[in-house]
Amino acid sequence: MRHLMSPLDFSVEELDKLLKLACDIEKNPSRYANACQGKKLATCFYEPSTRTRLSFEAAMLNLGGSVLGFSSADSSSASKGESVSDTIRVISCYADICAMRHPKEGAPLVASQRSAIPVINAGDGGHQHPTQTLTDLMTIHSLKGHLGDLTIGLCGDLKFGRTVHSLIHALIRYPNIRFVLISPEELRVPGYIREDVLDKHNVPYEEVERLEDAMAKLDILYMTRVQRERFFNEEDYVRMKDFYILDKSKMALAKEDMLVLHPLPRVNEISVEVDDDPRAAYFRQAQYGVYVRMALILTLLEVEVC
Amino acid sequence: MLNVGAISEGFVLDHIQAGMSLSLYYDLKLDESECCVAIIKNARSNKMGKKDILKVECDPNTLDLDVLGFIDHNITVNIIKGGEIVEKKALHLPKEIRNIIRCKNPRCITSIEQELEQIFVLTDPEKEIYRCKYCEGKFKGYKKVR
Repeated sequence: MRHLMSPLDFSVEELDKLLKLACDIEKNPSRYANACQGKKLATCFYEPSTRTRLSFEAAMLNLGGSVLGFSSADSSSASKGESVSDTIRVISCYADICAMRHPKEGAPLVASQRSAIPVINAGDGGHQHPTQTLTDLMTIHSLKGHLGDLTIGLCGDLKFGRTVHSLIHALIRYPNIRFVLISPEELRVPGYIREDVLDKHNVPYEEVERLEDAMAKLDILYMTRVQRERFFNEEDYVRMKDFYILDKSKMALAKEDMLVLHPLPRVNEISVEVDDDPRAAYFRQAQYGVYVRMALILTLLEVEVC
Repeated sequence: MLNVGAISEGFVLDHIQAGMSLSLYYDLKLDESECCVAIIKNARSNKMGKKDILKVECDPNTLDLDVLGFIDHNITVNIIKGGEIVEKKALHLPKEIRNIIRCKNPRCITSIEQELEQIFVLTDPEKEIYRCKYCEGKFKGYKKVR
């Protein structure tokens, strides 16, 4: 039985296979419409999330399966003090696969150690968010045609932004990847990502503060939101939240085939005037997220579709 | 020079960084044991200038080498039997340590689920970096937190 805790749980070959399956689902959705009939997905969300949870639920429903779960810690037995280990043992009796989001880092890993069913990390604090990474990889692969030979700008909250950490982990395994890390000093990528991931694997990167300085060299611009819930101090959040706003004038500095990605939801970091730009790929990205989660569910449940 | 009598069975920890022997005494839980223990501080050392030494009379098998390796793998471990050194044990950084240090990350699951084991994994042997198994938070280094 396999779980998904980090994008690195899959080898590059396994990821290629998964993305290939997701592409086939996109092209032939009817072929997969009953693939998970009789199977149940439990969505155990200890903190609020709209799109990740709904994306998982849409994925399972598209496969002919059904879903159950909770969408906040208050509506689960966690409010009575139940441990993650106990909760997953019980959920294992009700469902065939579980997607778990938890504000505490490592909670899905704890669950996977006690679970009788595959557990998918649907986001744990500021740590990992592997299915968003799969979504990002599929978006890049589908729209660029390849995952290597790219200069990727990561912009915004690079300190607490788990999607950014997971994406870096995943992309360094492809050839000729370069990063431009665009953030204010206070929200720089954590030391362990710089030292243990980028430096250790000799991945070229530069750190800049101004988005304008990076735009011209990017093949992908990955924008992130400064998340209020990651700050202990409201004052720090207010100071950081409007640091970057992508608008038409900044887009004018970019290559014609650059892609703008964003894990969503956005607040104001991408001006709505950018939405009609053909390079804005963030809503297509949300659609790819459903296909790739469908492929993931099939893979972890070991369901073969002929 | 201060003379401390030889022990007949047990272990002698030599080349302890000066001033660290008392911490080591507690980390090895020697305060909870009935063993006869001699703590020698600031002994002269050709190699280190000053060093600490711990002499413990007990069953040598009770010594947790993983804990010791994690704390300071430069310590020399002499196993004593019949009043003689019968073995010198080399210390290595353990690949994983359990319940020796706690994760300080307030966002880590171990901060709210107290029954979980505190597990740290050696992620970079060269730089001697340990990370929490759950949140990957970096342990800042034994000597610095003391």
